[in-house]
Amino acid sequence: MGARTRRFQAGSRQSLAQAVVAIIVAGASYAWSMGLTPPPPARLLAAPEAMLVGALLDIRDHKFSSALKQIDNALAANPNFRLAQLVRGDLLLARSRPISNLGNAANVPAETMDGLRQEARARLARYRIEPPAELLPRYLLQLSEKQKYALVLDSSKSTLFVFENTGGTPRYVADYYVTIGKNGFEKRREGDKRTPLGVYHVTSKLPQNKLTDFYGSGAFPINYPNEWDMMRGRDGYGIWLHGTPRDTYSRPPRASDGCIVLANDDLQTLERKLQLGSTPVVITDSVEWSKPEEIEALKTDLTSAIERWRRDWEGRNTDVYLRHYAKSFAAGGANLAQWSAQKRQVNGSKTWIKVQLSGMSLLLYPGKQELAVATFEQDYASSNLSNRMMKRQYWLKEDGKWRIVFEGAA
Amino acid sequence: MLLVESAIVYNNLPFFIEAKFNTMIRSPLAARGLVARGFATLMILALLSGAVAAADYDDASRLFKQGNYAAALDKIDAAVAANPRDARSRFLKGLILTEQNKPTEAIGIFTSLSEDYPELPEPYNNLAVLYASQGQYDKARKALEMAIRTHPSYAVAHENLGDVYAKMASEAYDKALQLDRSNAAAQTKLAMIKDLFSSSVVPGKTSVAQAERVEPAAPAKPSPQEAKGTLTKPPVAPQPPSPGKAESDAVIAAVEGWAKAWSSKDADGYLSYYAPNFQIPGGEARSAWETTRRDRIIKPKKIQVSVGSPKVTFDASGRAMLKFRQGYKSDTLDTSGAKTLTLVKNNDRWQILQEKMN
Repeated sequence: MGARTRRFQAGSRQSLAQAVVAIIVAGASYAWSMGLTPPPPARLLAAPEAMLVGALLDIRDHKFSSALKQIDNALAANPNFRLAQLVRGDLLLARSRPISNLGNAANVPAETMDGLRQEARARLARYRIEPPAELLPRYLLQLSEKQKYALVLDSSKSTLFVFENTGGTPRYVADYYVTIGKNGFEKRREGDKRTPLGVYHVTSKLPQNKLTDFYGSGAFPINYPNEWDMMRGRDGYGIWLHGTPRDTYSRPPRASDGCIVLANDDLQTLERKLQLGSTPVVITDSVEWSKPEEIEALKTDLTSAIERWRRDWEGRNTDVYLRHYAKSFAAGGANLAQWSAQKRQVNGSKTWIKVQLSGMSLLLYPGKQELAVATFEQDYASSNLSNRMMKRQYWLKEDGKWRIVFEGAA
Repeated sequence: MLLVESAIVYNNLPFFIEAKFNTMIRSPLAARGLVARGFATLMILALLSGAVAAADYDDASRLFKQGNYAAALDKIDAAVAANPRDARSRFLKGLILTEQNKPTEAIGIFTSLSEDYPELPEPYNNLAVLYASQGQYDKARKALEMAIRTHPSYAVAHENLGDVYAKMASEAYDKALQLDRSNAAAQTKLAMIKDLFSSSVVPGKTSVAQAERVEPAAPAKPSPQEAKGTLTKPPVAPQPPSPGKAESDAVIAAVEGWAKAWSSKDADGYLSYYAPNFQIPGGEARSAWETTRRDRIIKPKKIQVSVGSPKVTFDASGRAMLKFRQGYKSDTLDTSGAKTLTLVKNNDRWQILQEKMN
């Protein structure tokens, strides 16, 4: 009987290993190809995730004792890491009877088990991620001196990248596993349980004591729907970055109502880097990485368009100035015609205008369209009026020309 | 579910253990090894009990079998007082205390026995059962590993260890999936085990019968109600329309044919129900697997296999999953357990691709 038990074990572990290999291979269907001896990742995964992935790789390599040790370590620090509990269950069950898949508990709603399996895939795929050397996310054209960090979310990789602003150049510092909307990304409607795609900013902080346990260690709303979303008639509200409930280390990759959910530990680490009203959050379906010189060229192109707009405003030739505005332009309820009429009236009465722009932040929108969000401080002075304001403009490239589609106070 | 309890070593007489093992061990070599070990244990116990108040021990043993635990305890205390080193008496005392639902005291007895006689696997095993009944699976695991260390081929400990791992796994799954452990199903299960446990030694039943009913550690122990129902096939539950009732009837018919071939000890017929690409557990060669199966079919004098509560589902690729309760009765074994067969249609015939005890 003992012999039979042992043979079962051997077979069972074999199939567990095969199941894990299947997951690893599935994970490799992302752009990063799968070699059987993976290079050590250039980045550090958070300890629980590193141990979980280590255990899965051990299972693939038939090192079951080591796998269990890693899982136990992961769980010692985070007993609520459910996926680790699931793998632990498999490793134990494999000693008792043959198993053939990840997750063998009976009478579990399929959705729950699928969620955990998807998390296993996402975590393994995350292990394969290497921010391409020399390349940067295309979106961060320019960060202002005040913006210390920028966040870039790769929805399809369940990963939130953090970049530090080092003298104007973004530098990768960390990334975190995140949960996004149950139905994926590209939010359009209230209640569609999707995470929006676009350029957003962290607007405020909702402290833990103002929230239910569901949101964990705190929440950071972002400005969805932004001006561009509203122009396109998108609705819904309450897209936050937030933590997990006390009894949950992490949630499946797609489980929220559209929010971006991080492990509480990760959120607390990230929180120190967030600047309310300022830190950009670029949410992409999949991050497009570009060479710094390409990003620089884009930035120069856009910067000179903005500079021409500024000069033409100072030049008080309203027709020339209005050429910078797109046909689809809208702002504060005014369309291009209304806006033009008002500008003609205002500018005509002035003998001089001086416009200075500072603290420029330029972020490219994800997606096929060439759309950029410029946020800056505008110091306006004229013969009869002066003011300073934070301004935000959405620039759209139409027929090879950058034009303003929205303009307003930031 | 928790077989550990039912697999407690309910005897201190080694020939019992042999009898029990004979129903489980399929390899004659292994069985011989166990017989030899059984005799060795007998020798040790016989030597140790040389000076015991044999009458007290015999009385205690008889009272225990009758379920008169209080009186049995008095007698065995006298026996232990007369010979404090006597392993046999102390072992029985541990069993009596277990029956009296005094796990802490029983643990004390088996612990000291395992310290005094580290070469005996039975005290470790029973310690493990007691720990497991308290939900202390890690302690149970360690005790069983000690039992196996002393006797690597000690089958009961292997079975129990498997169950302890399964139990630990299920705990981990509960945490993974946030299953409510206070739910009704879990409670029923525990209560059921208690019933099994206390009813396993009732006045009038012989201990040989107990040993038989304790065996084997099947992957899933049926509740008494289920066990009663296994031999009559309940009506088939209505199936979802696609791929049709006819198809699911065909699957059930195939599995019933398989059970019939098995019951009539028709090894060729039985094997013909397995697909050429049948997934052999443990990755054994097909020929080796077939030999084992033939052996298993031919050896018992009489076999009766029943298919209870079959439920068929089909997956997208057209495979059928048949879940049922398999009843198995032979001259040495009476067991039932949940089984899942995955079947594929080859040349208009449903054949088994995968076989799993749940």
